[in-house]
Order: sequence, then C-alpha cells, then structure tokens
Amino acid sequence: MEELKIELKEKIIEALNLEDMSIEDIKDTDVLFDEGLGLDSIDALELIIILDKDYGIKLTDSKDGKKIFQSIETMAQYITDHRTK
Amino acid sequence: MEVTPPFFLKNALQMKNNIIHYCNIKNNEVYLDGKKLYTGAEEDFLSFIKGVYKSFGLDYPKFYKMDTLCKLAIASSSILLNGINKEIDPNMAILLSNRSACIDVDIKHQESISQGEGSYASPANFVYTLPNIALGEISIKYKLRSENSFFIFEGFNPEFLIEYGNSLTQLGKSSSVLCGWVEVIENEYNAFMFIIKPEKGIELTKENLEKLI
Repeated sequence: MEELKIELKEKIIEALNLEDMSIEDIKDTDVLFDEGLGLDSIDALELIIILDKDYGIKLTDSKDGKKIFQSIETMAQYITDHRTK
Repeated sequence: MEVTPPFFLKNALQMKNNIIHYCNIKNNEVYLDGKKLYTGAEEDFLSFIKGVYKSFGLDYPKFYKMDTLCKLAIASSSILLNGINKEIDPNMAILLSNRSACIDVDIKHQESISQGEGSYASPANFVYTLPNIALGEISIKYKLRSENSFFIFEGFNPEFLIEYGNSLTQLGKSSSVLCGWVEVIENEYNAFMFIIKPEKGIELTKENLEKLI
C-alpha cells in the first residue's frame, strides 16, 4: 500500500499540474480539497479519471467521491479494495 | 432636431482617455511603464513564465494549473496592477485580444482525446479551451465585476482597442479599461497590457500603441 500511496501522489502532482509540490509535501492524511491541498471540482474530475483509467474503478455515486477523495490514505485504501487492474 | 445629452453624459463624452500605465512581457523580459524589471535566462516559455511568477512574488497557486495563455495574461496583468500602487477599481473593464486564441491548450486537448480507445479528455485542460477564460482568471484574482471581452484579430489592432475602450468609459460602462494583446504559441509570446483612463498619461493614439507594444 505504501507503494500505491507514492504512485498516487506522483499521479496527482502530474495530472493537476502541482508543479511546486513534491511527493514529500503531501502527507498521507492531508485533506485534499478546500483547506488542505486546495483542490477544486475540476481536480475531482481528474481524480475520477485516474481511478477509472489506471485502476479500472468507475465511480457512479458522487457521495462516494467525498469519502474516497478525503486523503491519499482513503484513496489508496479504496483502490486496494476495488481495483480491477 | 438636435438632442442635448444630459450633463453627466456630456461630461463623460468629453473625457479623453490616456494610457496611464503599461506592461510588456516579451523576449524573456518584463517591462513596466517602459522600465525593464526582469530578464529571464530560460529557453522555453513555461520555465520563463514560472521564473516571472516567482520573481514577482505573485503568490497565486492556481497559476500552476493554468494554460499558457492564462499564465501570460495573469502574469502581465498582475505585474501591471500590483505595480501601480493604487487601489484596484472593481469597475475596471477588461478588453483583451490576440491572434491565436488558446491554441496551445486546444492542441493538448485534441491530443488527449485522439489517442484511440481508452483515451480521456483531461478536465484540467478542457476548462481552458476558450481564450476568454483569461478574462475570468483576471476578474477572479482582482475581484473585478466589470464588462469584459476577448477579440481575435490577424494582428495587433490598436484602432479597435481605442474605439472600444473609449466607448466603455464614455458610455459610463466603466471608469477605466485594462486593454491588451496577449499572444502565445509554444515558445513564441508577447503580452502588452495597458490601462486607459481619463487621467494624465500618454496620449491614446494608434501610433503610441504601436510604439509601446
């Protein structure tokens, strides 16, 4: 799971153009939206695409997204439990 | 029958706009009111504009997510508006123009959706696939709730900017106008932003604008 967390941080930095950040800047439990990393609704769409494209997970209920995208920790856990690739 | 305009409109019609401040970003250099403030050593636009962002302490993290056009528009407008040391007028209109719209991000978007089965449109790219997004980014950053327009021309069109800019202030739509040319394709770029207002400044003429760009 530690490897997956690092992979997720790299993907997020690349997909969201967080150029000034490195994987060390994102803690596993950091809040990703609002007061945390400051991600917005467009970034949420990018995260949904990452789940679909790279891990074969399709989110159908937007309420799930709130829980899953809380932090790197919650994302990694969800991917581990539900990935199809 | 001759119609006499009301006194406030008459006054407005008589006010003459001048160029009160201007900013240029081109050839790896940044100028404010003709004075060179920054020279970058970078070879590509993205590295150069990142250097400008850091050097001027623009402190606007959203900058990193923007497309090349918005980066250039935000950098040039911020250097201009931060540099004049005056309170920003929330009624300042924005009137921008260029030749290539937002072609850089359009190409990126096109590439992202044409990679065959399983290709995805990137929302982060897609949101910038209109040149007028640059107007929105400036308005959000400076809390402007004013008229704004983005026009595409074959080349820099000073006559149009003068006529349109003057009409905005003379009809009372705004008290000043942030005008400009913001063009970027890959590593070729040129930003010329200027504020017009009925105040002391450089005379707003086609010849002067052509000299200043």
